[in-house]
Amino acid sequence: MMLIPCPWCGPRNESEFHYGGAAGVAYPADPGALSDEEWARYLFFRDNPKGPFEERWSHSAGCRRWFTLVRDTVTNEIVAS
Amino acid sequence: MTGQEFRTDRGGLVDRSRPLRFRFDGRDYTGYEGDTLASALLANGVHRTGASIRLGRPRGIFSAGVEEPNALVQIEEPFPEPMLPATTVELYDGLVARGLGGRGRLADRPDPARYDAIHAHCDVLVVGAGPAGLAAASAAASAGGRVIVIDDQPRPGGSLLGAGSPVPELPPNPELRLLTRTTAFGYYDDNYVVAVERRTNHLGANAPAHLSRERIWRIRAREVVLATGAHERSLAFADNDRPGVMLAGAARTYVNRYGVRPGRRAVVMTTNDSAYAAALDLHAAGVEIAAVADLRPGGSPAWAQRCAERGIDVLDGHAVARVIGEDRVSAVTLRRKDGGPARDLDADLLLVSGGWNPVAALYSQAGGRLTYDEELGAFRPDGSCRQAVTVVGTHTPGIAVWTLPGGDPATAFVDLQRDVTVADLERATGTGMRSVEHVKRYTTAGTAHDQGKTSGTLTSGVVAGLIGAEIGELGTTTFRPPYAPVSFAALAGRDRGLRYDPVRVTALHAWHEAHGAPFENVGQWKRPWYYPGDGEDMVTAVLRECRAAREGVAMMDASTLGKIEVGGPDAAVLLDRLYTNMMSTLKVGAVRYGVMCRPDGMVLDDGTVSRLAEDRFLVTTTTGNAAAVLDWMEEWLQTEWPELRVHCTSVTEQWATVAVVGPRSREVVAALSPGLDVSREGFGFMTWRDAVLAGIPGRVFRISFSGELAYELNVSWWDAAALWDAVLAAGAAHGITPYGTETMHVLRAEKGYPIIGQDTDGTVTPYDLGLGWAVSKKKPDFVGKRSFSRADTSRADRKQLVGLLPDDGRTLLPEGAHLVETPALPEPPVPTLGHVTSAYHSAALGRTFALALVRGGRDRIGERVFAPLGDDLVPVTITSSVLYDPEGARRDG
Amino acid sequence: MAEPTTRHSPLAGAADRLARVTDAAGGAIAMAEVPFLTQLDLRLDPKGPAAAALGVTLPTHACTSARSGDVDVLWLGPDEWLVVGPPGAAERLAGQLRPAAGSEHVSVVDVSAQRTTLLLSGPRVRDLLALGCAIDLHPRSFGPGDCVQTELAHAPVVLFRRDPGFLIFVRASFAAHLADWLVDASVEYTGIPT
Ligand SMILES: [Zn+2]
Repeated sequence: MMLIPCPWCGPRNESEFHYGGAAGVAYPADPGALSDEEWARYLFFRDNPKGPFEERWSHSAGCRRWFTLVRDTVTNEIVAS
Repeated sequence: MTGQEFRTDRGGLVDRSRPLRFRFDGRDYTGYEGDTLASALLANGVHRTGASIRLGRPRGIFSAGVEEPNALVQIEEPFPEPMLPATTVELYDGLVARGLGGRGRLADRPDPARYDAIHAHCDVLVVGAGPAGLAAASAAASAGGRVIVIDDQPRPGGSLLGAGSPVPELPPNPELRLLTRTTAFGYYDDNYVVAVERRTNHLGANAPAHLSRERIWRIRAREVVLATGAHERSLAFADNDRPGVMLAGAARTYVNRYGVRPGRRAVVMTTNDSAYAAALDLHAAGVEIAAVADLRPGGSPAWAQRCAERGIDVLDGHAVARVIGEDRVSAVTLRRKDGGPARDLDADLLLVSGGWNPVAALYSQAGGRLTYDEELGAFRPDGSCRQAVTVVGTHTPGIAVWTLPGGDPATAFVDLQRDVTVADLERATGTGMRSVEHVKRYTTAGTAHDQGKTSGTLTSGVVAGLIGAEIGELGTTTFRPPYAPVSFAALAGRDRGLRYDPVRVTALHAWHEAHGAPFENVGQWKRPWYYPGDGEDMVTAVLRECRAAREGVAMMDASTLGKIEVGGPDAAVLLDRLYTNMMSTLKVGAVRYGVMCRPDGMVLDDGTVSRLAEDRFLVTTTTGNAAAVLDWMEEWLQTEWPELRVHCTSVTEQWATVAVVGPRSREVVAALSPGLDVSREGFGFMTWRDAVLAGIPGRVFRISFSGELAYELNVSWWDAAALWDAVLAAGAAHGITPYGTETMHVLRAEKGYPIIGQDTDGTVTPYDLGLGWAVSKKKPDFVGKRSFSRADTSRADRKQLVGLLPDDGRTLLPEGAHLVETPALPEPPVPTLGHVTSAYHSAALGRTFALALVRGGRDRIGERVFAPLGDDLVPVTITSSVLYDPEGARRDG
Repeated sequence: MAEPTTRHSPLAGAADRLARVTDAAGGAIAMAEVPFLTQLDLRLDPKGPAAAALGVTLPTHACTSARSGDVDVLWLGPDEWLVVGPPGAAERLAGQLRPAAGSEHVSVVDVSAQRTTLLLSGPRVRDLLALGCAIDLHPRSFGPGDCVQTELAHAPVVLFRRDPGFLIFVRASFAAHLADWLVDASVEYTGIPT
């Protein structure tokens, strides 16, 4: 049970959060201008590193705000938030 | 009843004024309050507790604590419980147990005891209330911290109890909590430690019913101090498993803490100083010490001197050469390690100390690494853990000796509980295994309920010797929770039965219950499934309810629909981007059906959007998706379009919803709301009005999920019961019929309306559902749009929603049934055309029908395909998904 | 505004069971529904001019509340508050808040029926809540006026530390579950098995 630092509410149990996957994958400004391959890359391709990973979380059982943090996928240590 | 002939005359922490009767393996005994089952058995001269699991060799009590590998018992009374170490079972009056030679037996009746769980928070959590733990706890408490100390024994003291030493008192402090009889069994991320407290187990049949028997503690600590001490280990030598072979420290505990002599005459063998104290304490309690064999050449002169003062022989550089006796040790042969004459010594007890392993399981679970310490001859925490944890305590140096020469390696045990011997380890390494993890899986060493507490390091040591490696390089196997076995009852706690997951109910639940409705689970909701009349089964009741909706008037509690108010100047922009169809063109007072997709183009949810005001919309979602859709809206608003001035607020339980459905529904609504123009022209399909309904302020929506003329009435959740009663009264003259979710499903399926999550599975586009009309061609973009031009979403052979009519109109296809092309099954693998998603009896059609997702389904309309059911292939004809009123003539009454 | 007699609070049917717990617990625990409180969900930019004009104080520290007259304003998020007033005050409060915002975008949604409220008090109330709530409710970390959105008994709740105890806002559909859970959790103090 990780203790995740919500930037608004402070540290709360992991069970209060929803995981949102990799951070920094913006919705393309003009999806219609993308090739099928580029669009597929946006939809389906994500990094899965062993180590620090920038990812999104939502404090779904609390303030419902989305935020980004960096978690070490090996140790679950939150190295930046 | 036999007397406690091995009980000392005085001393120990048992209460001799409180005798307790118990039965073991069919014989009655007496012990004292403060005993464990093991100490009480030893007091009565019982060593042998069972036979080993694989080889059936007699086994006896080996330790005095949680590390016990041998003495597993089955509790029979007061309530059956399998596989508990006798060394951890506190004695109580009326205990009935028997020794186990393997697996135990679960109770054949429900456990009447309560189990629960509790959360706790502290600045410092100290695990272990021995001398180091008590000191750490006192210091933390006096520094003003909130402190929790947990210990698995009934009283604090740890090793002091076994040594017969006084135990320092914890300072009185309201912020210092001592949890005894509590085992920390899991150490998770960010100092989250889970423990089990045995609250009333020790009271046996006298346990009060209102207290939980066991309680799971979920403790979040700023800092954790591990003061978990060490477990003594044995050595591998032939017949080291005989009853009467016991860890030296355990024997000392039996004498000092329990006032029990574990035998009459003992041989002691040790690799370190600690066993001398055991020898002296046993001697003082009247146990004859035949000899102390110290494997260290030269031994310990200081201890040897103290032994000599008491007339105890100390033989340095000696080891056990042979153990004689099967059911119980009767003699031990000692020999110098470098040869020389053998000495045969009569003894009924062989006390062994092969060194002390720091208890590092929790540290390892926390992510800390262990390092081999030459001085200790054991693995210890290396201080590298990323979590805020410190390890305290002192340890006993000793030499690392793993095996003794001579004897049959097939009787030299490393893991007593799994019956793993040196010979087994030789076989494993002989096959080429070089990792202890492989050896563990091959031999099962360390995998029993004790998780190798006494055997893990010994296994590593023996394996290292066999393959010529350094034990420090070889390492140990990984420690995982739980540190000690935990009952499933405790883990389940109160989260069982109806409390396993919250049950959500509408404001009309009591009415549904009173009218005999069985309930269907929809997400966490309980929804009335149907209302059986006298003697009606489900099919009959649903046919009756369907007929009422199609021919007269019927009503349903639709309050579980998710409802979200979307407000703000940019609300229409948000909805245009999230729904496939255009919402910004909706006029105030109008309602539109909408579909939401994920970016990959797959349907996420559907519902209606009503424009309440220029800048306010009421959105409905499917029952199970309300929270997900709200989260979805927030995600896009917060992470992609923070510039939009929109707020989304759940109002699911603000508004109760009653659907009034059927050709006579207009008259019912007119009677409820005399001021409302309900005429076809005055209140058109897909519009909504504010209205007062039987005196209750609310809203009326002209929405139909059945194809019939229908209204959805919204009032405050508080007014739901009053509205429901009013609708019943207003509809009585028309025979208004309440209906449940099954009828709702039939009615919508007859019209081909899909249910997201039932007729879809996350791989279905709006086009697949025949909802292309709800996908805007005008909007430059919306979530999902780009995916509709991917090759995969425009394939002609995608699975599409169609209707199915079985040849035999009485055949109800099971949901999930596959469809194949041919009337006989080809050789496997059989290609499937798709599967049935919904199937019902239809009153309107006078027959059964189904909806299905079928490959290229719309082009196959009219084709006959087959559903393999059991041994039969049931012929069905593919039809349009709209089987009833395809012209839509009925929606306006 | 007079309360229509047609109303049923979500825990009306549980009132007797809650009262029995209070009686049997001998002062250790007391619990009862506080029905029909006015609740408005308020969303706005706390730095904008509307925030100052509302006539109520908006707490800006996470998980705190502010009281103005008979109204409590609970922090739910950086731009979200729960405005809690006595029964029947929804129109009055909404009528005060909406115009105060002027042309600024605020969202005021009446959610009075969305959640009902339980008042729990007594010396053992924290122990009771700890059976199903992972938040640290120790007086050092959760004092009077503090509030938190979290889960209790696996149900979403807003816990509000309000003398003499804790006000628990629970969604109407979860209320019966929570009441059942609380009654069962109280067995340790009441001795009445459920
Ligand atoms: Zn938060």
